[in-house]
Order: sequence, then structure tokens, then C-alpha cells
Amino acid sequence: MAQLFPKWTNKIPVFLIAGVLATLVTVTFGFWYFGSPKYLEVGYRPKQPVPYSHKLHAGDLGMDCRYCHVGVEKSAHASVPPTSTCMNCHSQVQARSEKLLVVRESYATNKPIEWVKVHKVPDFAYFNHSVHVNAGVGCKSCHGNVAQMDERGVMQMEPLSMGWCLDCHRNPEPHLRPKSEITNMDWVAPANQKEFAAKLIAEKKIKPPVDCGACHR
Amino acid sequence: MEAVATLKTETHKDHHHVYVPEPELIDGKPTFKTITDVICGVPEGKMPRLWWILFGVSFALMVMYLSVIAYLVYKGIGIWGLNTTVGWAWDITNFVWWVGIGHAGTLISAILFLFRQKWRTSINRFSEAMTIFAVICAGMFPLIHMGRIWHAYWFLPLPNSMQMWLNFRSPLMWDVFAISTYLSVSIMFWYVGLIPDLATMRDRAKPGIRKILLGLFALGWRGGNRQWQHYEKAYMILAGLSTPLVLSVHTIVSFDFATSIIPGWHTTIFPPYFVAGAIFSGFAMVMTLVIIAYWIFPQIKQIINERHIDNMNKIIMVTGMMVGYAYGCEFFIAWYSGNPYEASIFVKRATGPYWWAYWSMVFCNVVVPQIFWIKSMRTNLTASFIVSILVNVGMWFERFVITVTSLSQDFIPSSWKYFTPTIYDVACFVGSLGLFMTLFLLFLRYMPMVAMAEVKGVLPHANPHHPDHAHNGRAHHDEKIEELATKNGGH
Repeated sequence: MAQLFPKWTNKIPVFLIAGVLATLVTVTFGFWYFGSPKYLEVGYRPKQPVPYSHKLHAGDLGMDCRYCHVGVEKSAHASVPPTSTCMNCHSQVQARSEKLLVVRESYATNKPIEWVKVHKVPDFAYFNHSVHVNAGVGCKSCHGNVAQMDERGVMQMEPLSMGWCLDCHRNPEPHLRPKSEITNMDWVAPANQKEFAAKLIAEKKIKPPVDCGACHR
Repeated sequence: MEAVATLKTETHKDHHHVYVPEPELIDGKPTFKTITDVICGVPEGKMPRLWWILFGVSFALMVMYLSVIAYLVYKGIGIWGLNTTVGWAWDITNFVWWVGIGHAGTLISAILFLFRQKWRTSINRFSEAMTIFAVICAGMFPLIHMGRIWHAYWFLPLPNSMQMWLNFRSPLMWDVFAISTYLSVSIMFWYVGLIPDLATMRDRAKPGIRKILLGLFALGWRGGNRQWQHYEKAYMILAGLSTPLVLSVHTIVSFDFATSIIPGWHTTIFPPYFVAGAIFSGFAMVMTLVIIAYWIFPQIKQIINERHIDNMNKIIMVTGMMVGYAYGCEFFIAWYSGNPYEASIFVKRATGPYWWAYWSMVFCNVVVPQIFWIKSMRTNLTASFIVSILVNVGMWFERFVITVTSLSQDFIPSSWKYFTPTIYDVACFVGSLGLFMTLFLLFLRYMPMVAMAEVKGVLPHANPHHPDHAHNGRAHHDEKIEELATKNGGH
């Protein structure tokens, strides 16, 4: 009887096994890397309804973050300011600017500006701004150097993934700073950061939880 | 192989010959060719009308099942009747039931193989196929029970940006590994056994796509001496690997319950009790399927015959009694332990709101198989079919009683709740039966349903002995037979 298959088909099983293994490894690590928030979400910079420049306000003019984000030390939310906060200045300054048309419209009609949220944490993850800020975690640690972000809008600089949260919860020391430096975008860790952080941790009894219930309440 | 129709031995001095006959395993004076013709004839021929009717019904149920699953994934598991207090209900009942059914396959193919039970050859292909299909049906339930099925990969040890790792202290996690190991080993065992038969079918096939496919899966099998040596070794190794799985898989399933602190679940008897119940229900399912196969293909009756039915019924009766013993033992321990919660849950099982489920279970699993004390019943197909169905009804109730009664009446009476299934609970259960039967009927349609090569190995011709050629016979005399022979008329 004639052979059904040519001789090279003897190699099929070897190639099949190698191919399946290679595919599994590629798919797994491909998803791990290309599917991670670090790859997908860092760099997210949606177009905002108003070309607001943090660089101008917080950077060049030197306004404190907390002038607008008033809730950051007291509540879970840092809070996005209402239009009236803008109008504190802009009723006088640049009162006729075209770029501010949406702001004046919002002020006149009493309808809030629909800012697009950049830093999103899932609904099932509980996050509290005040507890982090009061422990000594600076704005920059999670939001990047906002004072350099111009009118193209705010960009997400960190992955905000669970693993990224846990990295700091397991080892908070490099991210702690004096309370007075919280909003300082140019602060650099001093040489004695380790001793300082140890002192702060002891003083404030900082013990970042790593159990499920800490964030998934 | 050691199979012989007549065993012969000789005394040392006078060459006096004695024959100890052993019943033949296959009816109708078969030859190698008739076996091949009967078994290969099924997938090579046209399917009878009954096959199409059964397939139509099963396929419709399977489509219904898949649609219900799609709706369930879209809507969430709230469409089922389970909720707080009874968080595990029909889904977990079905899961445990199906895994249990899957156990007969490995028992027949591995343990009976190691014990040299030659009658297994007629039914092992069947039951291995059934095992695979049952495990597939079982595996679907925990997946859809999760609700967010797209998170299923969280069960696997994969790197991820959540830095989440598996909770290896959880028996639910062990379950994932136990079931997937079981499925892969079962498939491997089944496939290795299929290779010589696929080659037989390949050689009979007309040139075309079917021949090519059979040829691909037969892996170039020629039936050479060396190939058979490798094959037998591989088969033995796989049988050895599968044997512990028969015990371990359902043990781990029982740990899902036994390691919790719910009264009625937290008992040490669970592992052996679950394994016995699994073999019980698995054999009953093999019986059901064999009899259905009889209806469709009456010609296989000579290969799977009365003796196989008789042997399976004996195992059903024995394991049924083990299960009955476990029911009694649970009650005894509930009283003997002096634990009021344990005692209360068992009294409630028998007399509480689920009394009907409890007594259905006892009737089907303990009372009904007792009919097999009568030999004529053990070989009666109608009786065997009815008992096999009732046994699996009873086993389903057993899983239901364990899962639901303990949960519905937990520690806080204010949260006690009576479980009522919804139409979707029923649809998922019936649908899984449809999936199972669809796969089984496709198996009958395309595969050799009996392990031809192995059946041929237990035929008299496979091990020829002629009284005048004693030196050609077996080298090793079984001492017992020799002794018996001597007694019967040696000197």
C-alpha cells in the first residue's frame, strides 16, 4: 500500500509541541505586557472642554494645588473645582478671552463644566485622598509633575494598577515627604530620606494595609 | 496476554492433561475479523433512525443550554434561584454530580486494568469517553457559577499587574488543578488507547479526507512488534498515573465541603463517601449509555454482553451499599459527636423541609440496587436500565441534599431560607444532559466505540494453546490452577 504521508510529516509532532508551547508563552507574556495598565493607560490624555493649563496656573503662577482641589486633605475626593472658583479670578483676569467662553457660559447658565476624568480607579476599589496626603504622600507620587502639563490637558503618568498600589503599600519609605512639601512638584528626596521616613512612620504610625478588605470594602 | 479459553496444565510425570474452562468473554464465536467488522461497521455505515432522533433532541437541548449560558453571562447569576444563605445550589450540585459520573471511566480503564479484569475491555472505550464528556459538563458549572466568566484566568498562576497570586490554601483552588489534571490525563489515556483502532479504521477507509484524518491521528501506527511493546508500556504507565486520580479527584471535590465549618459538611467521612458515590453513579451512567447503545446498534450485543452487564451491576450494588453505609455513619456520628448543630442538621435533612429530597436519595441509592441480589435481575436489560437511571437520580439528590440543606439552615435561624429553583436552574441542568448526550452520540458516530485491539487480546485465538504442544503454551503455570487441576483428576 502506498504511503499516506510523505516522510517530512514525521516532524509534525515536534513542531506542533514546540509551536503550542511557544504560542502559550507568547500569549501569556504578550497579555501581561501589552494588556497591563502600564502599557495601556499611562499617557492617557483626553481632550478637556476647556484648554486649561496646569503649567500656567500651578507652575508659572505658582498657585497651590489646594486652591482648587480643596477636599484633598479632608475627604476621600480631591474634588474638581466648581466654575465659581475659576471666576474668582477670571471675572477680572482675561475676562474676555475666547478660551474661557465655556467657563463663562457655565457660570451664566449654572451648569457645571463636564471635565473628563483622567485618573480612574475601579468602582470596587476604595481610595481616600486625605489619608494618603496626611500620611505624607505627595501629589506628584501618583499624578506626576502636573505643574508641567500645559493646555493639552492632564496626562496619566502612573499605571494605577493594583500591583502599583501594592508596591508602595509594601514599601512606602521612598514616597514619604514632610507635610509642608506635599504639593511641591520639585521636591527631591534628601540624602537622609531613609531616616526621615522611618521617623515619620513611627510618629504617624503609618502601616499601609495590604489585605483585600483595605481597598475592596 | 494471558487470556485463554481453556487453561491447560500437565502433571510432571505422566503428561496427563486437564482442562479448566473459563467462560468466554465475547459471544458468538468471534474472530479478529468479525470484531473489526462489527465495531468499524458502525462509523463506516449509515446512522440508524434512532440515532438521528436522539441526536436531534440532544443537539436541541445543547443549543438551548448554550443560549441560557449566553444569557447568564449577559445578565449575571441572579437569574438562578440561589442567593444569600443558599449561595451554592443546583450549579454546584450539577458540578459534583457530573464529576462523580466521570469516575467510572478511570476506574474501568486504569484500576480494572491493573487488576487484570479482562471483561473491562468491552466497555473501557465507552466509559473513558463518558468520563471525558462528564468532566467537560462538570467543568462548565464552576465557570458559569463565577458570573464574571472573563475573570476565569485568575484561577491560573499567571503573571498579572494586580500582583495577585492563587490562594493555595483554598480547596476550590485545588479543585481547579484536580479537575484539569483529571481531564488531561483522561484524554491522554483515551487517545493512547485509540491509536491502534484508529489505524485499523484508517486501513479500512477509502482514500479521501477521512483516511487522511484517521491517518493523522493514528500517528503512523503499523502494529509492529516494537510499536506494541512501547504501546503496552505507555498504557501501563498511564494506568498507573490515573489510578491515584480515581481517589484524589473526588476527594478534593469533597474538600470543597469538608474543609468548611458548615454542619453537615465538616466531616472526615466525606472523601471516601464521595469516591464511593462517584464510582456508583459512574457505573450507573455507563450502564445507561451501554443500553442506549444497544437500542441504536443491536449488533454490539455480542461484544458487550450479559456478563459485562452482570459485573457492572454487581459493582453498582456494592458501591450502593457503601454509600448507604456512609449515610448511616453520618447519622451515627452526628449523634455520637454530641455536637448539637451537627445533630440538628441531620434531623432536619430527614424530617425538615427537604425531607422529600432526602428520602428520594435513600430510596434510589440504598433500596433500589438491592434488587441485584437476584441474578436474573442483574442480567435483565430493562431492570438494569431503570436502576441505572434511578441511581443517578438518587445521586443527584445526594449532592443536592448535601449542598442545599446544610446551607439553607445555617447558624442564624433568622437567615434560614428555602431554596426554590428558577426555570434557568432547570434549563442549565437539562441542557448539560443535552451537551453530554450530543458528545456521546458523536462519539458513537465517528469513533470505534469498543477497544477492538484489546478485545481481540482477550479472545481465545490471541493466546492459542493446544494440548499436544504444551511447550508452546504459557511458561508460567498458575499454581492455583495447577492445584485445582491435580485435584480434579490429575493422578
